[in-house]
Amino acid sequence: MAGFFAKFKRGLAKTSRTIFSPIGGLFGSKKLDADALEELEESLYSADFGVETTEEILEEIQSAYRKNKDLRGQEAAAIGASVLKQVLAGSAGQLTAAETPPTVIVLLGVNGSGKTTTTAKLAHRLTKEGRSVLVAACDTFRAAAVEQLRTWCDRLSLDLIASQRGADSAAVAFDAMQAAKARGKEFLLIDTAGRLHNKSHLMDELAKIRRVLAKHAPSAPHHAWLVADGSLGSNTVEQARVFNEAFGLTGLVVTKLDGTSRGGALAGIYRELQIPVFFLGLGEGEEDLQPYDVDHYTQAVFGLGDD
Amino acid sequence: MFESLTDKLSHTFRNLRGKGKLTEENMADALKEVRTALLSADVHFRVARNFINEVKEKCVGQEVTKSVSPGQQVVKIINDELIQLLGGDSPEIPEKKPLRVMMVGLHGSGKTTSSAKMGRWLTANGYRPLLIACDVYRPAAIDQLEQLAAQESLGFYAERDHKKVAKIGKNALQYAKDNGYDALLFDTAGRLQIDKDLIEEVKDLRKTIIPDEVFLVADSALGQEAVNVAQHFHEAVDLTGIILTKLDGDARGGAALSMKAITGVPIRYAGIGEKPEDFERFHPDRMASRILGMGDVVSLVEKAQENIDQQEAEKMAEKMRKADFNLEDFLSQMQQVKKLGSMQSILSHLPGMGNVQIGDEENNKMKRTEAIVLSMTLQERRNPKLLNGSRRNRIAKGSGTKVSDVNQLLKQFTQMKKMMKAMRGGKGKKMMRAMQEKMGGGAGGLPKLPGMGG
Repeated sequence: MAGFFAKFKRGLAKTSRTIFSPIGGLFGSKKLDADALEELEESLYSADFGVETTEEILEEIQSAYRKNKDLRGQEAAAIGASVLKQVLAGSAGQLTAAETPPTVIVLLGVNGSGKTTTTAKLAHRLTKEGRSVLVAACDTFRAAAVEQLRTWCDRLSLDLIASQRGADSAAVAFDAMQAAKARGKEFLLIDTAGRLHNKSHLMDELAKIRRVLAKHAPSAPHHAWLVADGSLGSNTVEQARVFNEAFGLTGLVVTKLDGTSRGGALAGIYRELQIPVFFLGLGEGEEDLQPYDVDHYTQAVFGLGDD
Repeated sequence: MFESLTDKLSHTFRNLRGKGKLTEENMADALKEVRTALLSADVHFRVARNFINEVKEKCVGQEVTKSVSPGQQVVKIINDELIQLLGGDSPEIPEKKPLRVMMVGLHGSGKTTSSAKMGRWLTANGYRPLLIACDVYRPAAIDQLEQLAAQESLGFYAERDHKKVAKIGKNALQYAKDNGYDALLFDTAGRLQIDKDLIEEVKDLRKTIIPDEVFLVADSALGQEAVNVAQHFHEAVDLTGIILTKLDGDARGGAALSMKAITGVPIRYAGIGEKPEDFERFHPDRMASRILGMGDVVSLVEKAQENIDQQEAEKMAEKMRKADFNLEDFLSQMQQVKKLGSMQSILSHLPGMGNVQIGDEENNKMKRTEAIVLSMTLQERRNPKLLNGSRRNRIAKGSGTKVSDVNQLLKQFTQMKKMMKAMRGGKGKKMMRAMQEKMGGGAGGLPKLPGMGG
């Protein structure tokens, strides 16, 4: 766990440094003043938590400041972290295996959110935990998407079921399910094509994948995760809402958090839809997919230590 | 669903009508609404603040006109200001051969797709483009570009065994010269704006190839991070423009405003769909209404054009004009509307309708209506007069509804027909004209405000 936290912090540490440092030690030991409060407001908004959560955090800190004019930056950060922690209470997902294998996980999302990379990293992670995994390349639409996943699978020695570009994605899912059963795999990870959530015909295609999987095992897919780009803003909530309506989401993976983005949209999503977060993507390497933890996330976002 | 800003402001300004002038005091609440609207559309905090201040200056002291509500007046000012800010002076691509274009951006922003789209667009404008694969990191990125190039019949250049991007760029220049390509598109790898090594790499490439255009490819759904991204890339490679991608999604797109406002780099092009031809010059007016949540009538019209069979629609219009409209037509019209997506998504495009919630009930009602019509014979649909009591009974059973539902539908249908007949007369023409005016008629962001001339 310590190793995880170090990694996670390295990813998000860049974050807390870049965002919170211009505030001139706001979250340090200096006392707050009116200017600092305004800068605090700016830095909170810049985390994409959404207007609602941001205002809640601000109100808490401001009311604490009204009571105690000697409030220090670190204390303000702790207040912020605790408000965020309340908002996110219970938001960490636990990956459970299906009663009868394979446990099927479908990865969904808009174009460019990082589904293929996440699929590969997740397969690698499960394999390293001693699980047997089969990967299905159901993005038959984007040019070279299959090749991308195949390169990953070759590199990480993962089993892959793929067809060619333009093939029926549901047919690939069907074959993969059959293969997973025949080969006695514990997990089947299905990478799907990126689609904007407001395109109904593309959402219908997902329904077909679901029907095909259910033919093999009525409870499949056991998990349907939205892969969301952490640098996107409020639209992520809309994405989650529509994917949830169309396919039923059981979880969230937030990617690209190794930059200065803090993926605050996950707060908006959890708030509104109670969809738990399973993993965070913290880089391009195969090891850079880390389990999400409420305490670690909130501490890292507010630049607090891991105690 | 966001409430339309126009609605919110109309509400806040309710008591202001006829009060004379807009002042800082009587506008305070309204401007707070505007700020919230901008922030929830992902406009950067600082940009939103400056913007509000500018609007305040423009508004204060203005007379409240009698014919327009103050809310509408302020929205008009805001809309104009936004268009001004977003649009400014977006130049054309220089008329120069060979033309060198470089694409940079974050991971997954759409650089490769945009390169291919731009290549296609340049072909249509008389160029012979060459796509150059400079993404040496992402697995199969080169394959992706190669496949797209083949699909669009564009030239393609890559060096699969080399990682030195500047060297690849240099060789590509020679290759283009030797093979008669006059537009070079350099597709680079996705990178974080704070990744020093990779930023050095694009800087090197830029120095080597000396591009005429350096485009930042940015996802229109970017959050507050957009400003950081644009600023850093601009500092590193001196951007000449921004390509805004995935505009066919439903992001409000405040990031576009932030990037333009902070860096001054103009937004030049927009990716508006999955297909290679879904690429166009950027329209600031549409973006403005989108950010303000004022509905995007233009997009809706385009969506309708995309999905509705033109011939079918013309046939329908002709039938309506003649009031020769039967239940079969009614059914096919309903199916056309369904192609546009859920009622909710259609409404969200309309100004002032953003906050109207269509629940399952409405959708179920539509389904029920469809079931009723589908339970009729073809003859019955064409001639509803046939529908006597026993037929209605059968239809109700067949569609799993009650006879009263069938009766109600028929009543509605009769009324509709009556209305169509009425429209044939002179009165109807006037009505149609009035309706068209209300709908804003034609492109342009702000729907016509009732009472503002016309």
